Amino acid sequence: MEAASALELPALELRGIDKSFGAVHANRAVDLSVAKGSIHGIVGENGAGKSTLMGIVYGYYAADAGTIRVDGKEVHIAASQDAIAAGIGMVHQHFMLVENFTVLENVLLGAEGGALLKKGEAAARAALGKIMADYGLEVDLDAKIETLDVGTQQRVEILKALYRGAQILILDEPTAVLTPQEADALFRLLDTWRSQGRTVILITHKLREILAATDRVTVMRQGAVVATRDTAATSQEELAELMVGRRVQLRVAKDACVPGAEVLRATGLRYVDARGVERLRGVSLSVRAGEIVGIAGVSGNGQSELLEALAGLLPLAGGEIFYKSEKLAPPGTAAASRAARLHGIAHVPEDRHRMGMVVGYSAAESTILGYHGDEDLGFGPLLSNRAATTRTARLMGAYDVRPAAPALRSGNFSGGNQQKIVLGREIDRDPELLLIGQPTRGVDIGAIEFIHRRLVALRDAGKAILLVSCELDEILGLADRILVMFDGRIVGELGRDAADERALGLMMAGVAQAAAAE
Amino acid sequence: MSAGARLPRWVDLGLLPLLNLAAAFLLSGLVVLAIGEDPIKALRILVNGAVGYPEAVAFTLYYTTNFILTGLAVALAFHAGLFNIGGEGQAYVAGLGVGLVCLYLDFLPGFAVVPIAILSAAAFGAAWAAIPGWLEAYRGSHVVITTIMFNFLAAALMTYLITNWLLDPAHGAPETRRFAGHTTLWTMQQMLGWFGIKAPRSPLNAAFFLALAAAAFVWIYVWHTRAGYRLRTVGSSHKAALYAGIDPARTIVVAMAISGALAGLMAVNEIQGAQARLLLSFTGGYGFVGIAVALMGRNHPVGVCLAALLFGALYQGGAELAFEMRNINREMVIVIQGLIILFCGALENMFRPTLARLFARQGAA
Ligand SMILES: Nc1ncnc2c1ncn2[C@@H]1O[C@H](COP(=O)(O)OP(=O)(O)OP(=O)(O)O)[C@@H](O)[C@H]1O
Ligand SMILES: [Mg+2]
Repeated sequence: MEAASALELPALELRGIDKSFGAVHANRAVDLSVAKGSIHGIVGENGAGKSTLMGIVYGYYAADAGTIRVDGKEVHIAASQDAIAAGIGMVHQHFMLVENFTVLENVLLGAEGGALLKKGEAAARAALGKIMADYGLEVDLDAKIETLDVGTQQRVEILKALYRGAQILILDEPTAVLTPQEADALFRLLDTWRSQGRTVILITHKLREILAATDRVTVMRQGAVVATRDTAATSQEELAELMVGRRVQLRVAKDACVPGAEVLRATGLRYVDARGVERLRGVSLSVRAGEIVGIAGVSGNGQSELLEALAGLLPLAGGEIFYKSEKLAPPGTAAASRAARLHGIAHVPEDRHRMGMVVGYSAAESTILGYHGDEDLGFGPLLSNRAATTRTARLMGAYDVRPAAPALRSGNFSGGNQQKIVLGREIDRDPELLLIGQPTRGVDIGAIEFIHRRLVALRDAGKAILLVSCELDEILGLADRILVMFDGRIVGELGRDAADERALGLMMAGVAQAAAAE
Repeated sequence: MSAGARLPRWVDLGLLPLLNLAAAFLLSGLVVLAIGEDPIKALRILVNGAVGYPEAVAFTLYYTTNFILTGLAVALAFHAGLFNIGGEGQAYVAGLGVGLVCLYLDFLPGFAVVPIAILSAAAFGAAWAAIPGWLEAYRGSHVVITTIMFNFLAAALMTYLITNWLLDPAHGAPETRRFAGHTTLWTMQQMLGWFGIKAPRSPLNAAFFLALAAAAFVWIYVWHTRAGYRLRTVGSSHKAALYAGIDPARTIVVAMAISGALAGLMAVNEIQGAQARLLLSFTGGYGFVGIAVALMGRNHPVGVCLAALLFGALYQGGAELAFEMRNINREMVIVIQGLIILFCGALENMFRPTLARLFARQGAA
């Protein structure tokens, strides 16, 4: 009897949640009701307040106003412990794992269960073994986090939540860093989870995932909830329009490509990482002016290393790089990276948090990263903060960064807006060659459209672009020529017209393809 | 993404340190009570001894000068992500730089020899710090370990040089002869005299202004120059630095050198200003206190100056206290300093959550 009445109450109910960060009104009187045993999607533009709302539910931020009910009972969540006690688990947009701890240590962190670690450990191992078997979540408990790829790290985060007995699991952009296979595995897991009567809240920018996986979906815009729909009764187009407030083109139109002179040529690039693994095994490629060359591949097959090597950042074990037929100095030093920039090579790195910006810097300081030597930024050795702020304000206007606050800490911008800051900084230089990795990771669809337009415009202006992306849609939508990487090699090349998702998928999986042989 | 709530700036920089300080004094009062002395009276003696009369103020500012310089040294290195705990040794070796110039170049006129001696102090301190910097940057030896070792090396080296080579055989103590008058810095007494102000004799000298100038320099250098931007970028992330075309290794060596130069200027205050001769162990632990000063001053030059003033006052007032109260000796004073470091440095965040909650509530209302 009790079970029946509990079923009618929502698993999680938010009423009038309000939150401001200084002048930024991140959540405005948000009401949200999530049914028990459902998968509930939340979508919205970058900075709409999704992470903030979930942060409040998980005890990271204190709401200025509003109430939280779990299974109909009002709960006070002042810290994560309270959320965990209420059966809420969360996997963050940016993982919160201790890199040099093992998986087990990370899972136990904060839930050690007594002063004697050993005893708790044995019990935990048994419990975790059962959870892993139940959900098919295989992880090596004794592996150090830093040795795991992102997909596995995410499984650790999920494991952590399950171990703490979560009944409601919040996932903040879980698939942004996953390969399609990993994403599929994740959704199968969520399905099992739901069938056991537990609840999932899923934040994502990929509307396809919303349609495929959720039962209901809530749209947020500028801190407020603008609509909630049954997933079955909505479409990508409607959701996109609700999010952005206007029609969005999901694929940017572009003219045929008119390639010009060769801008970049790399021959036989080889790179061996610190652990002795050969990440690049003789990669050769060429990029011409006025074309976008896309590099497709399942993440971890050397694309990231290729991009960093071309930008002058990784010491190569072999191979040469030519820029406009001039040989570049061997990469791997600050001088090489500086020289590349001086040549007009811009680089939007994949890892915007550790490389593309300094999270502790103000947006203005992050906006001059790499260009801090610019003459107009100060007199002689002096650096003018005012000049940097002026430049940043202009870029924020041009790239629609929200909030347009140059003094705000870079890390406090929402993920998509951080990306726009980095992108604006690099494209603004009008580079001859743009190296760009995962340009729209974590970026909302309105901004994707904007970024794609920018890239196409840059191409049409006769610039060369090398694009690395794990999103097949993005590669197919933008690239004029597609190279597929597998295991440190380029295993195939497809013209834009010859490429389709199937052919690419096979190549990415390492299945030798006729195109590779020709 | 951090859980730490933001506090208004004035709370962060003003109220919070004051609360910490009050807590430290309260606990110190209990300790004083426990050893059978009157804490109120002790506090009165302490304050009076630190700022109660002109001579006390002069001594306080003289100690403050040392703490500003060693504190700045730690703060600057910190912004490059380096923990320089070798200020003591760097200042000691810098004393050699001052001493050599004042002893052997004293045929030069004052306007030449005084700045040369100051630069020499900075250069010696810089060199002594640059070596651990180089070892960290290019050999991966941690700067914390090497700077500690370099403190010992400096002590051994200076003892050897002073007792074997530099000491003045005419008088038995292990110290050099007095420097010629024109090679030393103006005393505050002298300078105030120009304006017709009568001041008591004290070791306070022109190096005090040097320290303030150094604080201004650090502020400009770290936050308003391209080099400072490079330094902070390296301090935040080597990956981002490399991406930006900044050479982390080189930046580390430069940062350590500047840090060492700042610590080295402390020798100017002691050797060229107060003592007018080079002597053993003149650094007296100021280099180590600099760590606490930087910690408490949040690695900002203004904070460092304020913290240095506090420590200067404690040093001077504490000496008076040890003199006046039978049960309180120098070690007691060090205990009080320790409590202040504990509350303002290590337990800096103790009152923060409470305050944050208080202000969050107020903000919501
Ligand atoms: N700690 C903070 N301090 C100041 N402003 C913040 C802070 N955290 C978030 N904000 C601001 O609040 C707003 C909402 O941010 P939030 O991270 O919730 O967005 P989001 O919907 O998760 O976006 P994204 O899809 O890009 O991750 C943004 O404008 C952001 O800049
Ligand atoms: Mg977010």
